[in-house]
Amino acid sequence: MSKVAPLGEALRRHVPDGASVAMGTALECLIPFAAAHELIRQGRRDLTLVGPISDICFEHLIAAGCVRKVVAAWVGNVQHGAGYAFRRALEQGVPHSLEIEDHSNFSIALALEAAGQGVPYLPTRSLLGTDLLARNPRLRTAPCPFTGIPLVLVPALAPDVAILHVQRADPEGNCHAWGPTGISAAAGKAARTVIIVAEELVEPAVIRSDPNRTLLPGFRVTAVVHQPLGAHPSPVQGHYNRDHAMYADWHAHSTTAESAVAWLDEWVRDPGDHIGYVAKLGRGRLDRLRPRTRQLAAPVDYGC
Amino acid sequence: MNRDYTPAELMVAAAAREIRDGEVVFVGMRLPLLAFCLARSTHAPTAVGLFENGVIRDSPALSFLVTMSDGPNVTGAVWCTEMREVMGLMQAGRVTLGFIGGAQVDRFGNLNTTYVGRPGQAVRLPGSGGAPDIASLARRHVVIMAHERRRFVERVDYVTSPGHGTGGDWRQRTGLPGGGPSAVITTLGLFRFDPTTREMVLATIHPAATIGEIRAETGWTLRLADGLGETPPPTAQELAMIRRFDPDGFWTGARR
Repeated sequence: MSKVAPLGEALRRHVPDGASVAMGTALECLIPFAAAHELIRQGRRDLTLVGPISDICFEHLIAAGCVRKVVAAWVGNVQHGAGYAFRRALEQGVPHSLEIEDHSNFSIALALEAAGQGVPYLPTRSLLGTDLLARNPRLRTAPCPFTGIPLVLVPALAPDVAILHVQRADPEGNCHAWGPTGISAAAGKAARTVIIVAEELVEPAVIRSDPNRTLLPGFRVTAVVHQPLGAHPSPVQGHYNRDHAMYADWHAHSTTAESAVAWLDEWVRDPGDHIGYVAKLGRGRLDRLRPRTRQLAAPVDYGC
Repeated sequence: MNRDYTPAELMVAAAAREIRDGEVVFVGMRLPLLAFCLARSTHAPTAVGLFENGVIRDSPALSFLVTMSDGPNVTGAVWCTEMREVMGLMQAGRVTLGFIGGAQVDRFGNLNTTYVGRPGQAVRLPGSGGAPDIASLARRHVVIMAHERRRFVERVDYVTSPGHGTGGDWRQRTGLPGGGPSAVITTLGLFRFDPTTREMVLATIHPAATIGEIRAETGWTLRLADGLGETPPPTAQELAMIRRFDPDGFWTGARR
């Protein structure tokens, strides 16, 4: 059964106001910016964003007023440090107040992993003695029942939706991702609804030709969106490199709430949709992001 | 002596020297990324680098990186996997050295990257990322940061990444498996930790800095190591390597 849907329709159907949404789960690559921008265009409200380091994807959504709460390890602009929109929301309530649940990268990974495995929590030896532990009432400590050593218990976190960008998917949602994947598989296992955004829509046989490359099986996937350049300005291995200038541009324009909104108007709302955004980027800019060399993997033999 | 280098280039060279050949290194962003590339290209040709996104490399990245997830850090990697795998290896004691940066540090090497100021009126920083995991779990870690009085405080406002806590055997009592910070590399000097009290001690002064300046920029009464020395400046070979990995000085600053 084909689950293929246009981006706008998939988000309208599966990401209601108030939903908790895992995005940017591969850290600095494969960030579903096209989906974040479409949520901004659709005027989504009161989202809870879940992620490790989701770079300026979370900045855009916060500046646009889509977000009520963030559950994350780090929010900002990886290339430049500070996230001005995040700071304005937390310190001044602009455009409105924001709640933060602080995690480390490992604890957010374990929270999703626990939900994906169907256990109430997973233990770790990280974070002992920190204020992340002291000030997050959801994280608890307990002695190991076998050895007595102190452990931090990270409770399971099951987001309503995970939006995952991948290189290729078939119409059922079986999908391949390569390069580092961070906590994408954990988010895909944990979430109630999974939306896959793919650079390429391929025949089922392509996925089955290399099953070790599969990020998630199709039965965990609700909708498949075919959206080339859907992770721009973040990199997608084998398709395009990171567009550093876009992050510098956001850094320069997000210093005030007004200029941040003006930037979002120019780059997100005014282009109308992702096709308009890509057209505004222009062919020359996109050509400069294309990989200069091909680096094909050696074939593997799945024969029997 | 070659004085034609930036403060950040000196810090990268000093950080690279903390990496021993054969080590398994949890590499952070920015300067540590360059330090790993430099060490791997010079004195530590068998060092292995782990990145929290899931990349493991045994060679420097092919070209300049802004983030650990940039294409050139992926091409030629030995493993691209999930975060839980690299964090799990570190939790199991398989990572000998990690690097982290901070906004605020105290005399026992505790780091803050979350809130500066009193609760309710605090300045919000981006947060922890994987730094507390590295500080908790790596067998030892090195801190890299700017040296300013507002950053070098008696006690951090918020412990994001644990150092030696309140000193002495605090880490063992707390149950942290990693050994804690072994060095702090700043814009002014290199610091190590007293093996008993675990207090930060000035070990070497960078060529352009003075003890008076370092004391003025430190918010507690700083102890000096016996045999206090000067931080060796980067060699011509080290500078050439750093400039190969950061050709425009994006991370290491404008050059004369």
